[in-house]
Amino acid sequence: MKIAVLSGKGGTGKTLVSVNLASAAEESVYLDCDVEEPNGHLFFKPENLREEEISVKIPAVHEKQCSGCRVCVDFCKFNALAYIKNRLVVFDEVCHSCGGCILLCPEKAMNEKEKIIGKIQKGVSGQVTVYTGMMNTGEASGVPIVKKLLNENKADEEMITLIDCPPGSACIVMESIRDADYCILIAEPTLFGVHNLNMVYELVKLFHKPYGVVLNKCQEGENPAERFCEEKGIRILGKIPFDNELGALNSNAKIAVRESEKYRTVFSSLLETVKKEVRHEAAVNP
Amino acid sequence: MKQLLILSGKGGTGKTTIAAAFIKLSAAKAYADCDVDAPNLHLIMGQNSEPGKIDFYGLPKAEINRELCIKCDRCRQNCRFDAILVNEEYTIDAFACEGCGVCEALCPVGAVALKPAAAGELMLYSDEGRIFSTARLKMGSGTSGMLVTEVKKQMRSAAENAELAIIDGSPGIGCPVIASLSGADMVLIVAEPSVSGISDMERIVKTAAAFQTEAAVCVNKYDTNIANTERIKEYCRTNNLPFVGRIPFDPEAVKAINDGLTVIDIDCPAGIAVREVFNKTIKLLFDTSTI
Repeated sequence: MKIAVLSGKGGTGKTLVSVNLASAAEESVYLDCDVEEPNGHLFFKPENLREEEISVKIPAVHEKQCSGCRVCVDFCKFNALAYIKNRLVVFDEVCHSCGGCILLCPEKAMNEKEKIIGKIQKGVSGQVTVYTGMMNTGEASGVPIVKKLLNENKADEEMITLIDCPPGSACIVMESIRDADYCILIAEPTLFGVHNLNMVYELVKLFHKPYGVVLNKCQEGENPAERFCEEKGIRILGKIPFDNELGALNSNAKIAVRESEKYRTVFSSLLETVKKEVRHEAAVNP
Repeated sequence: MKQLLILSGKGGTGKTTIAAAFIKLSAAKAYADCDVDAPNLHLIMGQNSEPGKIDFYGLPKAEINRELCIKCDRCRQNCRFDAILVNEEYTIDAFACEGCGVCEALCPVGAVALKPAAAGELMLYSDEGRIFSTARLKMGSGTSGMLVTEVKKQMRSAAENAELAIIDGSPGIGCPVIASLSGADMVLIVAEPSVSGISDMERIVKTAAAFQTEAAVCVNKYDTNIANTERIKEYCRTNNLPFVGRIPFDPEAVKAINDGLTVIDIDCPAGIAVREVFNKTIKLLFDTSTI
């Protein structure tokens, strides 16, 4: 049961919700796909850490064999190759690792080398197995790390798996929800929150994913995110109040479910609601 | 043109709130929203006119001509992005395709061609001599870095003589952020006093340094965790980063934004604090670059 948690806007509570839902389950897996800014591990402080470096393949040039024909330079759509002062130069950071230059080089003057772009950390925190993707600073794309993270967890089909997604609605978010059985959209009651909720709402519809909304930071009075859900007929899975106690726990990277009986109840009941939704979806749209 | 870029690493720390206030305070003649994944600046800048719009074409996408395809499978075997789908026919998964052109180059019968694909829309507002460049990336598109570069190019060419440009950035540290850093004279990092916020701030500081861009730090909602705010100040001292102020959590500020106003349009504690941060930042921006 793979549940992706996403929001469009940053800082709405994706990590709060996914970390606490994972902790409310009897046994679960937590995958941090926000590889640019992974934070779940700060809450879980996982133990027995194992690390695996993630690399992509980029071209290496054998200068003696290069005839300067520029076939590769002309081919590369990403402008990752240039022939400057009689030398072929590779710009690693813009290379998409398509391998085209190597396939097309008539002199076989290139082969592939590995370039490390980040790592995956695996550890345990209580009953939660915690996987964290971490992209190195200065790298452009964490997509290969997300792919690897999700592939590693293909085996655990039955296990409750929470996928903590990056903000936005671009390629890396799309990759993160690709295999999800259900998407939880986190919305905050602000003008910006609603605008960005609309974007991820369109994204999950585009990918035909079943979804529901959790309203976070709820206060007395008008909630524009709630109104949006009512207008669009979107299922509201639960509401989390704006609460200084929760805010303080969260800003100190404490897991609310493990610290407070009140929040154990809140997130356990949210988890039950989500599980029911997933089962219902599986029955209706197998 | 001096470019001030607002970044944060973590999302939701207040980049757009601060950028909007800075634009008002500076009366900047040029500004841009580079958060093309989730643009919000236009919601509170109160544009009076309709923008000029241009389609943005990112990288092309492959298309397979079924009439010509001989199902030799070379394209699928060599596609690094798993974008060739094989059912009864060979087709392209347009979301997975990155437009590299390997399939087109390898196809022995010329059945594959790269076709331009709209990946978003660029918008340019020009109100009373002020230029506002923004864009929206199409859902699930993978070319946000290129679009960010276009947003900035559009702003520069429309406002050549502007002394100051204020640019609202995107969260994270990846391609759109790296694209927005290019040409920026200084980055203001809006940090949040949480354990997550500190971790993310450190990563964006490193990223800015990797691209040799000057940075300064302010803390938003500082009173939600005073101990962590002190940690951020200490981090700045140790790493020789200018600390340009702290802004309190202010429910009035949230209300202002929801009414489509900036925090300096109303009389509130956050507004007063943002003015101080602004004065210090602008001083640094025009000082550091003259050294």
